[in-house]
Amino acid sequence: MEMDLSRAVKLARIELTPEEEQRLAPQLGEVLQYVEKLNGLDVSGVEPTAHATPLSNVMREDEPRESLSQEDALRNAPKTANGLFVVPKIVE
Amino acid sequence: MEYEAVIGLETHVQLKTRTKMWCGCANEYGADANTNVCPVCLGLPGVLPVPNAEALRLTALTGFLLNCDVPSYAKWDRKNYFYPDNPKNYQLTQLDFPSTITGFVEFELGGELESVRINRAHLEEDVGKSFHFADYSGVDFNRAGVPLLEIVTEPDITSGDMAYEYLNALKSILEYGGVSDCDMEKGQVRCDVNISVRPIGQQELGEKIEIKNMNSFSGVRRAAEYEIARQIEVLEEGGQLVQETRRWDDDAGITDSMRTKEDAHDYRYFPDPDLMPHRPSKEWLEAIREEVVELPLARERRLMEQYELPAGDADVFVGDAALGNYFEEAAKGLKNPKQAANWVINNLQAKLVETETSVADLKFPAVAIGELIGLVEGGQISSKIAQEVFAEMFASGKSPAIIVEEKGLSQVSDSGELEAFCREAIEANPGPADDFRNGKEAALNFLKGQVMKASRGKANPQMVGELLAKILNG
Amino acid sequence: MVHFLTIHQLLEQLRAGELSSREATQACLDRVEKVDGRLNAFISVDATDALAQADAADQSRAAGEDLPMLGVPVAIKDVLAVKDQPLNCASKILGEFNSPYDATVIQKLRAAGAVVFGRLNMDEFAMGSSNENSAFGPARNPWNTDCIPGGSSGGSAVAVAADECIASLGSDTGGSIRQPAALCGCVGLKPTYGRVSRYGLVAFASSLDQVGPFTKDVRDAATLLQVIAGADEQDSTNVPEPVPDYSAALSGDVKGLRIGLPREYQVEGLDPEVKAATDAAVKQLEALGAEVKEISLPHTEYAIATYYIIATAEASANLARFEGVRYGARLDGADPEEMNRKTRGAGFGEEVKRRIILGTYVLSSGYYDAYYLRAQKVRTLIRQDFLKAFEEVDLIASPTTPTPAFKIGEKTGDPLQMYLSDIYTISCNLAGLCGISVPCGFSKAGLPIGLQLLGKPFGEPDLLRAAHAYEQATDWHTHRPNLD
Repeated sequence: MEMDLSRAVKLARIELTPEEEQRLAPQLGEVLQYVEKLNGLDVSGVEPTAHATPLSNVMREDEPRESLSQEDALRNAPKTANGLFVVPKIVE
Repeated sequence: MEYEAVIGLETHVQLKTRTKMWCGCANEYGADANTNVCPVCLGLPGVLPVPNAEALRLTALTGFLLNCDVPSYAKWDRKNYFYPDNPKNYQLTQLDFPSTITGFVEFELGGELESVRINRAHLEEDVGKSFHFADYSGVDFNRAGVPLLEIVTEPDITSGDMAYEYLNALKSILEYGGVSDCDMEKGQVRCDVNISVRPIGQQELGEKIEIKNMNSFSGVRRAAEYEIARQIEVLEEGGQLVQETRRWDDDAGITDSMRTKEDAHDYRYFPDPDLMPHRPSKEWLEAIREEVVELPLARERRLMEQYELPAGDADVFVGDAALGNYFEEAAKGLKNPKQAANWVINNLQAKLVETETSVADLKFPAVAIGELIGLVEGGQISSKIAQEVFAEMFASGKSPAIIVEEKGLSQVSDSGELEAFCREAIEANPGPADDFRNGKEAALNFLKGQVMKASRGKANPQMVGELLAKILNG
Repeated sequence: MVHFLTIHQLLEQLRAGELSSREATQACLDRVEKVDGRLNAFISVDATDALAQADAADQSRAAGEDLPMLGVPVAIKDVLAVKDQPLNCASKILGEFNSPYDATVIQKLRAAGAVVFGRLNMDEFAMGSSNENSAFGPARNPWNTDCIPGGSSGGSAVAVAADECIASLGSDTGGSIRQPAALCGCVGLKPTYGRVSRYGLVAFASSLDQVGPFTKDVRDAATLLQVIAGADEQDSTNVPEPVPDYSAALSGDVKGLRIGLPREYQVEGLDPEVKAATDAAVKQLEALGAEVKEISLPHTEYAIATYYIIATAEASANLARFEGVRYGARLDGADPEEMNRKTRGAGFGEEVKRRIILGTYVLSSGYYDAYYLRAQKVRTLIRQDFLKAFEEVDLIASPTTPTPAFKIGEKTGDPLQMYLSDIYTISCNLAGLCGISVPCGFSKAGLPIGLQLLGKPFGEPDLLRAAHAYEQATDWHTHRPNLD
């Protein structure tokens, strides 16, 4: 089964080389075909599980905590200027 | 053909919390770039969010203020999209189980009471702020993770004016409830406008046009008016509208296309595995419900009805809630509450302005206003003396009765004592006395004034008038 | 030979003053120096920092202080944030990233006095079962360096099995602790979901990930779990359940303990040597007084499909933050989108790309219900299977892996085959259980075999009790690979 990767690849913002694309498409197609086996199960009336533990109402008080210094905040940034994280110009 | 507009608004409001939604960084405007940030709100590898209890509380409070239901189950979802100001490249929000649903907002429009239904108010997080330079952009993440309430209306709005009045009403409700400062200058309120037109009588909606990221209410009104006219014109010229997102250019006063449905986002929402659901308990909700304040419009209407106040007075008490509460306290049990309103507005408010103090600083209890009114009505003091007594109440906090007692301001009603004053006045002013005897009634007022003066205002004016007439008419 | 010691042996000598933490730490560093060129368990080691911590521990001890792990060197998988140390997740994409904060488990280790050192090799972003998906080259199995050590916590298993550290931490999303522990012949424990804080653990699949210990014996696993378990206000999924005394559970007594053998685990592809070794281990437990009975987990055959939908979907969002804006190795582009695309294209390895794309696909418009929502429902059925089984038994026993370690490169072209080898370990994460792998034999080729025990949520005491009793009755855990 070949899968049309283009939309997912675009959404995931991953540039693939043509070779990668050629390898990935059939591999993922095979995995998708494998997971089709779930369609053989009747899941009507079954609640979905999003968490492996049944907690609720976990909150913290509205108490301030120390923030990072600007230097520490920016220490891993590829590019900075004037205390900002610099990115290629955003055009919209 | 006649057309009608169908408008729905999505309003984003920053909540008034001390800290951000998921971390302890300050929720504060105007700090140096990237100083109110930590590993959590910068989206560093390995971090996890923990919800701010106060943000959840303010959300439920908003629900009550907007006449919404607060469901017994709410959950968090991830909305996936890449943008440089979005630290995790997913935004935490509430998709199908929001914290509050189905309410309404009432407001006045052209003298009529209008209502817009609220579909939902859900909690999410704000993103960072981008700055654009000649050849690059820069991002400050101080705003990233600030709690943001998205309030979504049903498509009940039919004009730019109505949108404008709805927004003003919403803003005053949120300010009144202490939910948000709604400071437009600081970007604390932003609005997306969904707008379509259809021939009157047609059931199905026209193609929906979205105008993103409006940051002024007047802008929303102008954009809506422009867009309604534009869409009708397109249809009348036989054109087709397509579902799209448009941008409002405030300077030019026009909208222009940003993107069409074809390149719409696919947000791939799914339940956030890092955050557990919220199941508000009855006790938690009751505690919040107790904090629900009366909304401005309802308060105005009630004050007018209950105390028979004119709209002007009611407006003053809505605009200054503390003063209004004080008035209601003072008016308790009074036959004529309007008098209390006069004292509170004409005297008390003026004094507060003059001394730059507030109701909270007052030294005397509200009940003293009623006592003061009682003294005037009972004839113990004149309304002129009452002014003096009030000034002393304000300065010392003493009760009106004590002030009158201490200062000997009690009205002189002893007819013997008054008669002496009257005879003195007649003797000292034979001219006016004769004038009165000769039928010039007005001359009595002069003599009355002399008696009041001589008694330093303490004489009972009504008795003085009667006594003078009696003596002169001999 | 200090590096061969277990935690409890080392602590005994440290407490007796026979040995210093500096000597123990230096011994580990020397061992790394000597063998790691062949094993590649460590991505990096900051010896200066490690020795400074050791000296501080020695000073504390000299001042009369004693802590549960004072002076014990523990090595860390490269997926846990350690302040001022590199954090790469064995990926190129993080570039020179240096963490400004400590993960909660690291804070807890420091509070217990441990010497936290090294960045252990792994499959990139914990995605893999062989440690071949590392940007820093594969880690190798110390029992046969042509073979994989398992994954994703390959380096964590190798470092313990080869005595390059006293103990280590790894993470387990679908078997990433238990599987490499089995293939390298050490003890690996995956705690119940919510037992150990995930704050500072770089997320692969948030609803499945847990941090856990790799140790040389079960007593050490109890000690290390004791240190890292417990509530954390920075992790909303952390369960505020009291932490029991795990060492107290090591009574050696398994009489009356009920152990279930799932009927559905007799799968095709189960290696006969592995089957023989684990059957023998179960017999041993029975001989010690445990009751063994067959049970059924009817939805077993759906576990792998369910796992690969849920895990990849969560990962596709979790890994979106690696795009070159705030950190990492950026490749320039004309606009942010192009910069993101190139950065991610060059920075992620192939398995990570495969999983992100798969996860994006199953969440995308039109597919969500068919894949993701359905998988979440099947997850409910799988969890119910286990909860039902645990009404009848206290523990579930099985092989940890269907085969011993395979050769490096043997399965790289066939991701699905690789996924299918996770059959015994994956359900535990889907159901939020705890699990342990303990050594239970060797293949004729001399490769270790692991016995897996699964326990109910927060059933770690039973798990440790049975594993310990078995271990005491056998000597598999004392075997060491020959690296001289």
